[in-house]
Amino acid sequence: MNKPQYAIELVDINKRFGAVYANNKVCLNVEEGTIHGIIGENGAGKSTLMSILYGFYQADSGLIKVFGNSLQFKDSHEAISSGIGMVHQHFMLVDNFTVLENVILGTEGGALLHEGLREARKELTRLGQEYGLKVDLDATIESLSVGSQQRVEILKALYKGAKILIFDEPTGVLTPQEAQDLFRIFSALKNEGVTIILITHKLHEIIHITDNVSVMRAGKMVAQKVTSKTDREDLAELMVGRKVLLQVDKEDKDKGEVLLKVNKLSVLDENNIFRLKDVSFEVHAGEVVGIAGVSGNGQSALLKVLSGISNITQGSVEILGQKMDSKNPIFPDKLRELGLSHVPEDRLRMGLISEFSASENSIIGYHNDKQINGRFIMNNAKVRNECAKLMEGFDVRPADPDLKSSNFSGGNQQKLILAREFNRNPKILLIGQPTRGVDIGAIEFIHKRIIEMRNSGKAVLLVSVELDEIMSISDRIIVLCDGHISGRVDAKSADERTLGLMMANAYDTTNNLESN
Amino acid sequence: MNRDTRINWINRLILPVLNVLTAFAATAIIFVIIGVDPIEAAEILLYGAFGYQEGLGYTLYYATNFIFTGLAVAVAFNAGLFNIGGEGQAYIGGLGTALIIFAIDPNTSAWIFIPASILGGLLFGALWALVPAYLQAYRGSHIVITTIMFNFLASSLMVYMLVNVLREPGNMSPESQLFPQNSWFPFIHDLSTNFGFVMEESPLNVSLFVALFFAVIVWILIWHTRLGYSLRATGLNSEAAIYAGIKPKRIILITMCISGALAGLVGINELVGYQHRIIMDFHFGYGFGGIAVALMGRNHPIGIIIAALLFGVLYQGGAELAFELSNISRDIVVVMQGLIILFCGALQYMYKPWVINALAPIQKES
Amino acid sequence: MKYTLLGKVIKQSGLLLVAGSMLLGVTTLQAEIKPAVVYDTAGKFDKSFNEAVFRNGVLKFKADTGIRVTEIEPTNSTQREQSLKKLAKRGHGPIVAVGFSMASAIESAAKAYPDTHFTIIDMVVGLPNVQSVVFKEHEGSFLVGVLAAMKSETGVVGFVGGMDIPLIRRFACGYEQGAKYQNNNIEILQNMTGSTGAAWNNPTKGGELTRSQIEAGADVVYAAAGGTGIGVYQAAADLGKYAIGVDSNQNYMQPGTMLTSMVKRVGDASYNSWQAGLDGNWKAGFQALGLAEGGVDWALDEHNRELVTAAMEARVNDVKAKIIAGDITVHDYMSDNTCAAPQGINFSN
Repeated sequence: MNKPQYAIELVDINKRFGAVYANNKVCLNVEEGTIHGIIGENGAGKSTLMSILYGFYQADSGLIKVFGNSLQFKDSHEAISSGIGMVHQHFMLVDNFTVLENVILGTEGGALLHEGLREARKELTRLGQEYGLKVDLDATIESLSVGSQQRVEILKALYKGAKILIFDEPTGVLTPQEAQDLFRIFSALKNEGVTIILITHKLHEIIHITDNVSVMRAGKMVAQKVTSKTDREDLAELMVGRKVLLQVDKEDKDKGEVLLKVNKLSVLDENNIFRLKDVSFEVHAGEVVGIAGVSGNGQSALLKVLSGISNITQGSVEILGQKMDSKNPIFPDKLRELGLSHVPEDRLRMGLISEFSASENSIIGYHNDKQINGRFIMNNAKVRNECAKLMEGFDVRPADPDLKSSNFSGGNQQKLILAREFNRNPKILLIGQPTRGVDIGAIEFIHKRIIEMRNSGKAVLLVSVELDEIMSISDRIIVLCDGHISGRVDAKSADERTLGLMMANAYDTTNNLESN
Repeated sequence: MNRDTRINWINRLILPVLNVLTAFAATAIIFVIIGVDPIEAAEILLYGAFGYQEGLGYTLYYATNFIFTGLAVAVAFNAGLFNIGGEGQAYIGGLGTALIIFAIDPNTSAWIFIPASILGGLLFGALWALVPAYLQAYRGSHIVITTIMFNFLASSLMVYMLVNVLREPGNMSPESQLFPQNSWFPFIHDLSTNFGFVMEESPLNVSLFVALFFAVIVWILIWHTRLGYSLRATGLNSEAAIYAGIKPKRIILITMCISGALAGLVGINELVGYQHRIIMDFHFGYGFGGIAVALMGRNHPIGIIIAALLFGVLYQGGAELAFELSNISRDIVVVMQGLIILFCGALQYMYKPWVINALAPIQKES
Repeated sequence: MKYTLLGKVIKQSGLLLVAGSMLLGVTTLQAEIKPAVVYDTAGKFDKSFNEAVFRNGVLKFKADTGIRVTEIEPTNSTQREQSLKKLAKRGHGPIVAVGFSMASAIESAAKAYPDTHFTIIDMVVGLPNVQSVVFKEHEGSFLVGVLAAMKSETGVVGFVGGMDIPLIRRFACGYEQGAKYQNNNIEILQNMTGSTGAAWNNPTKGGELTRSQIEAGADVVYAAAGGTGIGVYQAAADLGKYAIGVDSNQNYMQPGTMLTSMVKRVGDASYNSWQAGLDGNWKAGFQALGLAEGGVDWALDEHNRELVTAAMEARVNDVKAKIIAGDITVHDYMSDNTCAAPQGINFSN
């Protein structure tokens, strides 16, 4: 049998940051014309490896071969010219340019724009037909859906002559349906001989779409497998280095009284657009209500209103018997005193102040607590001690209260926030994206803690874009689409397809599955 | 020492020192071009600023002003506000001081006059900052713009006050009559005489201790109080502050009042401490200088005291330079100050990559 | 403490000085004076008052005697007093302080250094070691007022002042009296540029005020406004009317439309102070320099020769002689803060 032709061969790549090996003798072989998955926990070294391949970083040592040629990239231009393209997690597009203008950005060719534009249009139309990438070339980026924007990124890479495409967590921002579309494009690309490298932490995508899969852990390549000969449990264990419980154990529990009641809630944003429209639901003590939806469909507005950060436009909210409406706002500090804790969706923009030390961050929202601080003066020593205790209880590493928060990994930052919010013995918990950017080991820990809170009788409202997470933790699921509730499902009877349709508001709502 | 600590020290100490040295080097080149021996100039500058008691007195006297305005800028900056209005707040603060002094019976004891005049400066400076703060918090007018405009308003208001209200009858200069003697802050050289040391006369007065006292207060306020915590949280991440239940609008008002109040104390040093009357443009340059001082001092009271001292040296040593060397005009001194601000403010991180490479490199081998 | 090179030089030169004076006695005092000047915060190149001291005082003194005058330009009010005291401490004298704003600084420095000679221009400080030199600007202004009234065809003349202070009203009042003396029916328009130091250096506003006065009929405008005057002269030249300069001889600035200048010899005053110091006959006290002393005058040179007819020249010189002789007494605004002239004054700020 012929030795397969490799599109990419990486041999003994080493890269260190400080004392840490980001990549330690990493080897990778990607066969031409295949879809190759790379999985690993956050910080396992996937992104570093791809950055080396794309010319962002230079390896300390090691060999890179592209289509059999040994190369050393000094910058990403050299990588591009050797046929490598990359679709980043955050799109690199100019919002108010058209698709066409975005694609030729950087390769305008000549002083006069229109000539380059004409040729680019011809080429892009050809590419679009060949690979089934349908995009209106004259639409501005801001008018396109996220899925279409991603297609523009793919077109951009192909236009620059990419024969190898690297995708970094491409489905994080997509609905399940859009993700399906993307996978269809993958197949089309593969049929035309394009090699695809898919970086993801979603095991089901790996199983579903890839031909081969490489697993990274702690800077090392721990396994390379043919996808059809492995399974999710196997891969998860390889990633974490031990057995992982993918399904969260949770016993059934009787619900208690209603602690949070949302009644015909509507919220206008500063541009007078309805972020939430006529939303009503209840959360009982001892249950987790999951809010599913593609991000940007009102989840953030819901968390902000419930936590007192932004104002109600219409309707009302009852929190532990206290009524809050447009005329009677209750501010976040008051809500905390009542017993409402909030783990915000965006931990870096809201949950933490990255320039603050861990101990300073451990009292955000509670700095006025008389048990910690005096009337004016802060008791910094006490804050530090309390923080050390929190860090111990939630296994935050390194357990150094004086360390600046930006020096903690995402998972440890999140654990610090959870420790802060869970430790106050709240009655209601609002939790947004608890595991975004958190590695698998920490996810398991966080999920366990959330279930513990539920079991001890808290009312938990969980907002997440991860359907797996919503389905495994929640008791009931509410789906938001475009600011209104597009579906209610009992978690036990929920499946991904139904939820996906609800998220796209394409499900027949007369047919609700909620059992109670 | 681990790498983070090293980088901290590089940011706090090594970079500012390098920047100041660069500014001096650039000044030296200019001196050579205009035919001045830079070594001689440096000797004159340093001797003028530190070499004898009177010179040192002037240096510390100017530094006192810069401590006040530097602290003012730093407090606002820690809350993410750029208070460019130190100039106007200092001016109006001086007016408050003068008005309170004139309102009190001249025979009142100094123990009433001293706190009252300080209070006047604090109060009027705070009020002058309150309006831009209100406009920022509740009307969204950018504080940089409004505080600049308030500098002009202060200037016009003070012209009116000095020309039409406070001017001593028969005096052509726009200045008030002398403050009652009981209100004068003691000069350091007078105090030292009381303790048996004879010192050369200089304008240095007890306002320096007021400034140092407020530096300690600011340090406590920012890093050891709940208000300071809220203020820093708002400055670093206003969304997180709102999440924490802090009301940024209130923080803007409170912070700007504190900032303005501190700037308002320039009048204590200038007027109550030395001129003993309110005069036109006594504040000139200190408000803007305070921005550079705060930048150089990394918005920390200790850094501000050091940077204020440097500016005091430039003011006093620079005057000495213009005095001694006929081909150095007062404008060259302004150029020197400009270079310091350029290298320490605008180009403050110029050397950072190199210094970090040299002193805190990313370790290749462990 | 380590003494710097400079410190040594100062010390040694001081010793030399003392030794020199002991050896050579009184007759060679000439070599020993160390004249100095402290300008106002406007700086020495203000194209007006301070610059007149520099050009007609400092440079001339250096040219005539070879002695360098130490010049100081303070940047803030603290430095005024600091400079004066430091000059005194270093043995300088006579020390000339330019401008009325130096008064309080002179007062404090003169008290601290009672053996040093200070001269202040434009202000009176009554201390035994201070010479106060003021000028009878009203007399000079009277002369140019006469000339303006003779030149005017419309019967309206204008005055643009700088900062609204009694000193400038003195100019205005003298001018008004002169114009009225020539033509009792003449109308005089008066404006002040402002009420702060900035009014000395606002040519734009000076130009505007001049234009409005010319629109109101004025065809001769007298500026007593420092640097603001530049705008006045320009506006008059642009509109083909006449302007009168002030302080220095400014006839050259707009030849053909500068009718004359009211010369105020501040440079000479400082020169004289230093010369007196050199000659050993410097005296404290009060000097009011008018036409008789040559402290003020009107300027006639090649730039305005053609504008001034022989009749006008004769008339002005005649009036000048009468003032010197005491036949005409010009009222000084500052003596009672009123202008004797009966007509109302229109001070628009």
